[in-house]
This record gives sequence, C-alpha cells and structure tokens, in this order.
Amino acid sequence: MSFFFEVLIGGLLSGVMYSLVALGFVLIYKASGVFNFAQGSLVFFAALTFVGLREHGFNSALALLATLGVMIVLGLLIERIVLRPLVNQPQITLFMATIGLSFVIEGFAQLLWGANVRGLELGIQDEPIEQITTYTGMNVSKFDLSAAGIAALLVTGLALFFSRTRIGRALRAVADDHQAALAVGIPLQQIWGIVWAVAGFVALVAGLLWGARNGVQFALTFVALKALPVLIVGGFESIPGAIVGGLIVGASEKLAEVYLGPYVGGGIEGWFPYVLALVFLLFRPEGLFGEKHIDRV
Amino acid sequence: MLYREAGQFKASYATDQQIFPIRQDRIAVAALTALAFVIVPLVADQYWLSAILIPFLIFALAAVGLNILTGYAGQLSLGTAAFMAVGAFGAWNFVLRVPGMPLLVAFALGGICAALVGIVFGLPSLRIKGFYLAVATLAAQFFVVWALTKFNWFSNYSTSGVITTQRMEILGFAFDTPRAKYFLTLTVVVVLALAAKNMVRSSIGRAWMAIRDMDVAAEVIGIPMLRTKLLAFAISSFYAGVAGALYAYCYLGTVEPEGFNLDLSFKILFMIILGGVGSILGSFLGAGFIVLLPIFLNTVARPLENLLGLSLPPGLMSNLELIVFGGLIIFFLIVEPHGLARLWQITKEKLRLWPFPH
Repeated sequence: MSFFFEVLIGGLLSGVMYSLVALGFVLIYKASGVFNFAQGSLVFFAALTFVGLREHGFNSALALLATLGVMIVLGLLIERIVLRPLVNQPQITLFMATIGLSFVIEGFAQLLWGANVRGLELGIQDEPIEQITTYTGMNVSKFDLSAAGIAALLVTGLALFFSRTRIGRALRAVADDHQAALAVGIPLQQIWGIVWAVAGFVALVAGLLWGARNGVQFALTFVALKALPVLIVGGFESIPGAIVGGLIVGASEKLAEVYLGPYVGGGIEGWFPYVLALVFLLFRPEGLFGEKHIDRV
Repeated sequence: MLYREAGQFKASYATDQQIFPIRQDRIAVAALTALAFVIVPLVADQYWLSAILIPFLIFALAAVGLNILTGYAGQLSLGTAAFMAVGAFGAWNFVLRVPGMPLLVAFALGGICAALVGIVFGLPSLRIKGFYLAVATLAAQFFVVWALTKFNWFSNYSTSGVITTQRMEILGFAFDTPRAKYFLTLTVVVVLALAAKNMVRSSIGRAWMAIRDMDVAAEVIGIPMLRTKLLAFAISSFYAGVAGALYAYCYLGTVEPEGFNLDLSFKILFMIILGGVGSILGSFLGAGFIVLLPIFLNTVARPLENLLGLSLPPGLMSNLELIVFGGLIIFFLIVEPHGLARLWQITKEKLRLWPFPH
C-alpha cells in the first residue's frame, strides 16, 4: 500500500509541474482566445536564457532578473508583432501563427545559446526527504515538493493579482467579454500585452523547474504537449482547472504506468494522458472547470 | 479579357453542374494534367522526380484529406500523420500476409484501415469541438505511433519497427524507377483529387460545410450529425492512409513508425493553412510551398555563404531554416490569412478585367 501512495504522491507532484506549463496556456487563452502553442518554446527559451546568462558570468539573482526582463519583452513583442495584426482572425489561424512562432523561438534560442544539453542547478537536491522516509517508508523527493511549493506560491500570487489589482480586474473583464471590456474603456491591446508578459513570467518559472529536473535541452519544448491533456481535463479557461487537471493527469499517468504498463509492454505514459482526457471529454466536453457554451442558431 | 466567361451559355443542367463550369478552367486543368503526365516525366531528372515531385504529390494528397476534415467539415485534426502511418503499415501488411495481393487493392485496404481508425478517433467529435477536438486527435497521433512501435506484429517482428516496402508490381509491370513511381503516384493522386473535388460539391460536401459553419443549425435543418461527421473523419483518414501508403512505397521505401510523428502532422496542417482552408487547389499549392521552401532556402543560403566567404556550421543553418520557416508562416498568415488559394482567386478576378482597370 505504501508503494501505491509513493507512486501517487510522485505522480501528484509531477502533475504540479504540468500545471505550471498549463497555467501559461490558460492565462493567454482566457484573456485573448489564443491557443498559444508556443508556450513550450517559451519555457525552453526561458530556461536556456537563464543558463546561458549564468554561463556568461552572471550570478543567479542577476541572471534571473535579466531573464525575467527578456521574457517580458519577448511577450510584449509577440503580442505586438504577431498577434496584433491577426486580431479578429479565426482561432485556428491564431493557433497556426503560434506554431510558427514556436519554430521561430526554438530556432532563435538555439542560435543564441547553442543546442547542447546543459544542467541547471537550483540548489535543491532531487533526493528523498529523510524524515518522511523514516516515518512512513515512502520516498518523497525534496525537489518535487519544493516545485509544488513554488507552484502553489505562483498560483496564489496570480490569484491575488487577478482578484485584488486594477490590472487583474481589467484582465478578468477582457476574459469575460472583449467587446464589453472595450466599451467600458479597458485598453484591450495593453491588457493583451500584459497577459503575454505574465505568460512569459510563468514560462520562466516552469522553465527553471523543468530545466533543473530534466536538463535544459530541446526536449523541454515537448513539455507543452504534456500540458494539453491537463488543459482538457481542467478546462481551457480555468486556473484552478489547470492545477486540478495537472494533479489528475500526473497521478493517473504514473499509476497507469506502474500498474497497467506491464500488461501492454510499458511506455504508455506518452499517450495515456490523452486517452484519459478523451474519456473526460466524453462526459464533460468543457473539461472540469471550463465554461459551458450554449450554442444558439 | 483572357479569363472571361462571357458568351459561354449553359443550355442544360448537365453543363450547369459540370465540375469546371468555365471553359478556360477546363482547358487549364486539361493542360496541367497533360503537362504532369507527359512533359514532366520527359524533362524532369531523377532528383526532381524522387525528391520533389513525388513527395509534393503525396503531401498534396494528405493535405486534400486533411482539408476535407478541417477545411470542409470544420473539425481541426492534429493526427494526420497517424492515419498516414496506419495506411502505410496496413498496406504493407496486406501485401506481406495475403499472397497475390494486388498493390493498388492493398493501398485501398490500407486506406480503409486508416478510415476505420479515423472513425474511432472521430467519435469524440460528436461531443466536443474546436481545440478540445484538436487535442483529442493528438491522442490518435501518440497512440498509433506507440502501438505500431510496441506491437511488432505490425512490422513483422523487425526489432526496430522499421519496414522496408516490397517490390511494386502491377499487372507484371515493375514500378522500380523514379519515373514509374511518379506515374503511379500521379495517377492515384489525380483520381483521388478529382473524387474529392466532386465530393465537396455534392450533397455530402454541402452537409460538411453546413456543419462547419454552424453545427447546431445544420442539425436543425436535418443533417444527420453522427453520419456526416464520421464520414468526414473516415474519408479524410482514407485519403491520409492512401497518402501514407504512397509515402512508404513510392517515396521513402523504408519507414518506421517514428517517421509519422507530430511534426509530419503539423507539416500537413501548415500546408492547408498556407494553401487555403476549404480548397482542394489550396492543398496542392500549400504542399508545393512547404516542399519547396526548405529546398529554396538551401539553394539561396549556399551561394550567399560562398559570396560572403564564410562557412556556416550546419547547426546554425538548420536553426536559421527554422526561424525563416516559422517567420514565413506568420508572415503569410498576417498578409493572407485565407491562403494561396485566395491569392489565386484574386488573380483570376484581375485576369477577368485585364487589361482594363474596371
């Protein structure tokens, strides 16, 4: 039984990591209806920039600040150059534009910093916490736990930002109804710029954690694909949905790999979340927390 | 002046309903077909045939398939490569396991396998739409590639899942030169593209478009949702499957499941977006664009490199290619969101008036 819980907790904690990436998607989708496929590339770019700056002699704090600046500028630029000319286009066009964007960012990142795999040391060891192991016999990674803590902090921070600040309220207004928001004098493009900047910030956090976990390499961009089932389970428009979805996907994926995997030859982690998401969709087409759409003729 | 339908009267329903109602269009299509069948094989060399024209035709076919699903029926799909894989491995297994299986029948059966898989993964489309559906089709993408790699019955127990296609022979004629393969591909593609062109202007095509434009309204006016959507998935996957079989047999010769990855799916999606969503012609234009772009970039980069007297490391080159590719896609989407097919339409309208301004 303790093995089951160990797998479950490991899954839940890795699910938090998925949530971090999914969060970036949700932010942008909620505010502008853009399904931002480039979020994975942003994660990759952020991690690579941070590591690259550190290699050039910046200390961690300075590198972090500089990367944050770069990500925010990048977010603003994306909004200005790519998305503003595409306002009012169908969603699929915007989606395609972000796929093109992901190519540009990936190419640019590797052009700038090179393509070799780098390690990223955050000062948190990926080792089991002794106290928990001695009391319950379960291995819970210190790193995973810290990652979960950081994610919780981030979500709380975002929630406060959205509910307590003027900009946050404007963001929610835009998310609810673009035209109504415009009508009451909320500058739409400014808001979108801010959303993209925030998404860049979230990508930075995700990039640091994922980079420390798996090494900073091109495979980081595939993290975005892991986040998609999370989005489906949780719903595209919901921040709590991204968290809950991440937990469900993370836990079920690990459990499936351990208990179901051996029967079919293993390696099911790659597609299991998607099939899980499909099953969810059959019962809740908008995900757990997504907005219900009523179709009118 | 050149492209003007004035004076072409339609005296019967048959002429009114024909596939290309304007005479100039008919002439142009006939000329193009003749060009593809007669002139191209005469002038094109081996490189052009096997590195550009054959993949162009195959991708165009896959793009037509995706366009039926996404452009006409409005169901966004990111799993085209998976259906191609099913088609390729299906056809290969039919040839392998059924003695005396005719090649074209095997292709068709591979396509039918893909269609069946397409129906299974199309089922969620009855409940969900938009990006939710797109992610659902990703399930097909990952699951199919995983299944083909994991269960090596599909690749006849080859250790790496790689299959090498059998010798192609139809009625005793061996298709082993690039030219012969080109003919085979071209014939299949022309037949299927014409079928698609006819399909989308028939009642089923209209039903697809009604569902694309507004599915609730379509259902209200009596279009059977279940049948129409699943038919779109089936036919689209059939096209992708046949394209996959051609991809394996006529283009690569040796394929592995990993070759049909998400990148390929995206590539085909790019083709229809750049070519024009909801246009058969657009599928061809988009395929041509995507196939030619990397080659073009390479040919431009080489002389540029020599001119500037520096040798770029290959890694840099591929990254630059990535940037230019992505940048061009964004650029195209911004300047012409309706794709190359729309540009062609504008040209036609200009040609109609030319040389007069109005």
